[in-house]
Amino acid sequence: MTPIISQLFLQHYWWIIISVLASFLVFLMFVQGGQSLIYSLPQNDNQKTMIVNTLGRKWETTFTTLVTFGGAFFASFPLFYATSFGGAYWVWIAILLSFTIQAIAYEYRSKPNNVLGQKTYDLFLFLNGSLGPFLIGVAVATFFTGAMFSLNQMNQVHWATTWYGLEALLNIRDLSLGFAVLFLCRINGLLYIIFSIDDNALFKRSVKALVINSVPFLIFFIFFTISLLVSNGHAVDYVTGSISIEKFKYFHNLLQMPVVLLLFLVGVVNVLLGIGITVLRTSKHGIWFTGTGTVLTVFALFIIAGFNGTSFYPSLHDVQSSLTINNASSSHFTLKTMMFVSFIIPLILVYIWYAWKAINKDKITEEEMNTGEHNY
Amino acid sequence: MIDNIDLSLVDWSRAQFALTAIYHWLFVPLTLGLSMIVAIMETIYVKTGKQEWKRITLFWMKLFGINFAIGIATGIILEFEFGTNWSNYSWFVGDIFGAPLAAEGIVAFFLESTFIAVMFFGWDKVSKKFHLLSTWLVAIGASLSALWILVANAWMQHPVGMAFNPDTARNEMVSFWAVLFNQIAVDKFLHTVSSGFLLASMFVLGISSWFLLRKREEYLAKRSILIAGIFGLLSSLMVAYTGDKSTRNLSKFQPVKFASMEALYQGKSNAGLIAFGILKDSHTKIGDKEIKEFAVKIQIPGLLSILTGGNNDTYVPGLVDQISGNSKLNIIPTSEKIKNGIYARDVLAAYKKAKLEKDTVQISALKGVFNDKTFLDKYFRYFGYAAIDKPEDVIPNVTISFYSFHLMVILGFLFIMIFSVALYLTYKGSISRNRWFLWVALLSIPLPYVSGELGWILTEVGRQPWIIQDLMTVSKGVSHVMTGSVITTFILFAVMFTALLIAEISIMVKQIKIGPKNRED
Ligand code: HDD
Ligand code: HEM
Ligand code: HEM
Repeated sequence: MTPIISQLFLQHYWWIIISVLASFLVFLMFVQGGQSLIYSLPQNDNQKTMIVNTLGRKWETTFTTLVTFGGAFFASFPLFYATSFGGAYWVWIAILLSFTIQAIAYEYRSKPNNVLGQKTYDLFLFLNGSLGPFLIGVAVATFFTGAMFSLNQMNQVHWATTWYGLEALLNIRDLSLGFAVLFLCRINGLLYIIFSIDDNALFKRSVKALVINSVPFLIFFIFFTISLLVSNGHAVDYVTGSISIEKFKYFHNLLQMPVVLLLFLVGVVNVLLGIGITVLRTSKHGIWFTGTGTVLTVFALFIIAGFNGTSFYPSLHDVQSSLTINNASSSHFTLKTMMFVSFIIPLILVYIWYAWKAINKDKITEEEMNTGEHNY
Repeated sequence: MIDNIDLSLVDWSRAQFALTAIYHWLFVPLTLGLSMIVAIMETIYVKTGKQEWKRITLFWMKLFGINFAIGIATGIILEFEFGTNWSNYSWFVGDIFGAPLAAEGIVAFFLESTFIAVMFFGWDKVSKKFHLLSTWLVAIGASLSALWILVANAWMQHPVGMAFNPDTARNEMVSFWAVLFNQIAVDKFLHTVSSGFLLASMFVLGISSWFLLRKREEYLAKRSILIAGIFGLLSSLMVAYTGDKSTRNLSKFQPVKFASMEALYQGKSNAGLIAFGILKDSHTKIGDKEIKEFAVKIQIPGLLSILTGGNNDTYVPGLVDQISGNSKLNIIPTSEKIKNGIYARDVLAAYKKAKLEKDTVQISALKGVFNDKTFLDKYFRYFGYAAIDKPEDVIPNVTISFYSFHLMVILGFLFIMIFSVALYLTYKGSISRNRWFLWVALLSIPLPYVSGELGWILTEVGRQPWIIQDLMTVSKGVSHVMTGSVITTFILFAVMFTALLIAEISIMVKQIKIGPKNRED
């Protein structure tokens, strides 16, 4: 009995959902990027309050996207969840910790009797803002660079280093993606601040910071992209399930999936365009371009990590243990059921859009900070 | 094939999970209940148009926000802990367990987190109706998220709707509806959510009583007491009703937990329900395990038999029946379950070996076995028992199970009384004169927290040694990280959560003292 919707189709479908969640997550981390600037960007307390409040109204959406990304990965590719989280233990724990301290920081920072003091909560925001995107970037880089694990016949994980994930911090390619994501989030953060805060002095400072942050972003991003195009990948033969190393795998993926190549290029161009119109034409709408560009670029990267017979979590220790969307996925039944659940995602996007529009109707100004019902 | 692992690793992983879960549960029930109460209050505001009600709504909403943030902070750790600390478990059950977790994110968390922004920042930006709708959506989102995670938990207590796939060495879902409408899941959801409603009602009642004691904010306090009294009484009745249903479920689906929480060793007919009891050690043993005796007990004769079977002739099996078996009741001795479990495990091992050697004849023969109903019903359902050394090891900690259950129930009845008195005094219009009651209400705020935690301790400790009832023991579910790493993260979490908790309480207390905003604003 062959089902109407094939298992391979569902696996691809779910990889697309994961990629969509990941790409929105990276975009929404403009909140983190903005947080990483709270010491350097504002000149006075008023500006700082405006920045924190602008970002603070959005932090929960980013957070929820991260949580849902985790949940969806668990449901659709549980073997990855088990392998990577249980193996690269310390990287994930560090990511978790950095998000835990964020969750209370906004609500508590300006409340009286907050015990730890506003300075500590601001430090939490800064730490989450810097470490969060950086570590997530490093973790995602291992989708391409691989990790040191093997699986036994019962699919139990064995991690071959005692560093439990921290070894990724010694790999320049992992680091370069980490930094690229961090600087991209800072760029998006700046563009979002420019877009939503009505304050001239702050605008000028933000544009300057934008130029400064774009340089390292480009260096790290170009380095990572070139290293990706020339590197080997783990290719899988879906018929036999056997995995082999293929030269220039990711480069081939781009050539063999021209649509993805196109998305990638359009994405990169959009990122640059957003920065360009802000710096050169003092536009306040750069976030639309850079934001869309971020989503497209990250999406394309995820697709070349998992599609076209590629292992999305290569094992450097035992090639055959490498994870593919084929061998790491849930059963046909679960993927199909979850597909129906996923159909409400467009509805979610619509109501988020609607609610955001309602709240963003007026720009943040100094005045509102002094009169609003609920300020951070 | 299945490696032996260090016991202290398991214990530390358990401690870490218990720590984070207990902390999470300090905040979750208030989120569940207070969001509902705030939504009710805002509804009254929108219906009556009275500014006073907006003021009441805003005050409780502020407290809600403080609690909500820390609920989220502790929740994310739990979700990822399944991967980091229970990775073998995550694979073995991920096909079923992951689905509710993902659904929770997609269906519930986005609803909560999107509309909470409208709730806090939208007062002057959206219409009254849309604002009210947002507040309700936050409340509904919170309860929906509880639904999914409880479905997942219920599945661990009573796995249904799945089949084992020997190729992937895991359980796979075959019926989503069976997982969702699992009897345990339904009652667990209702019991847990209504316990959150109860807790929040007590919170509102207690704080309002404090205002009355201080002779401040009389209007706000009295209105709030009325809402909390009605909502609290209804939820506490619901808690008792669903608690009773949960108990009956246990007697069917988790009889060992059931016998442990009643400290019932020798089964009997006309069994009494222990209303109150104190346990002591005895000299008798089951295997290596010492039996507890009652030093003191007050029991209602025959009630346990009536509750489980409908009449007092019903024989209620005890722990001895569960371990040694009882042929009249068709209870198989645990030693036999262990044998059957080992057989099932050996078949799986043979299958894996055949696959490794590419022995096609053997592969197809054994694959057939995994589809054979008698094999599944007789052997595979005891798969987890292969990891049990001695039959008595399937008995959880009787002392903890017994006390947590009984204290929870006693408190449950106390809450029904407190809410009834609050409503009675409100009806008589004399609540502010009865200062003793205001004190009782204020001092009772911590009690629902205690009973909620006890409920979880009963649920989780009572199912030891299983992580999934009869299929997987806790020690088989753990990730193979270094014990030192788990100890380090345990300490990190403990320090961090404690610091955050202290900050939360301090901020909350201060905000209560400040009280609602002045009328003019
Ligand atoms: C009966 C209710 C209940 C139970 C048993 C649990 N939770 Fe919870 N959880 C909630 C009810 C809830 C909630 C009421 O919906 C919270 C509390 C504060 C909040 O924002 O949502 C929440 C928040 C929350 C968050 C943050 C969500 C966000 O970003 O909005 C995560 C990731 C989890 N939980 C995960 C878990 C896990 C993995 C659990 C089990 C091991 C768990 N929760 C038990
Ligand atoms: C609803 C989802 C939940 C799931 C899926 C779940 C699952 C688990 C798991 C995997 C463990 C570790 C293994 C074990 O020691 O049993 C555990 C232990 C524990 N959990 Fe839960 N849990 C849930 C909710 C909670 C909550 C909200 C509490 C709140 C207090 C709680 C209390 C405990 C305790 C006290 C333990 C330790 C038991 C022991 O180690 O003896 N659980 N649970
Ligand atoms: C009034 C009498 C009560 C009875 C008969 C009762 C019964 C039970 C039972 C049998 C369980 C275990 C369910 C399982 O292991 O699957 C349980 C769990 C629980 N109880 Fe109660 N309970 C009562 C009151 C309360 C109160 C007052 C609260 C809190 C305010 C509470 C909160 C909980 C919680 C949070 C759980 C864990 C979730 C679950 O497993 O359902 N209960 N209760």
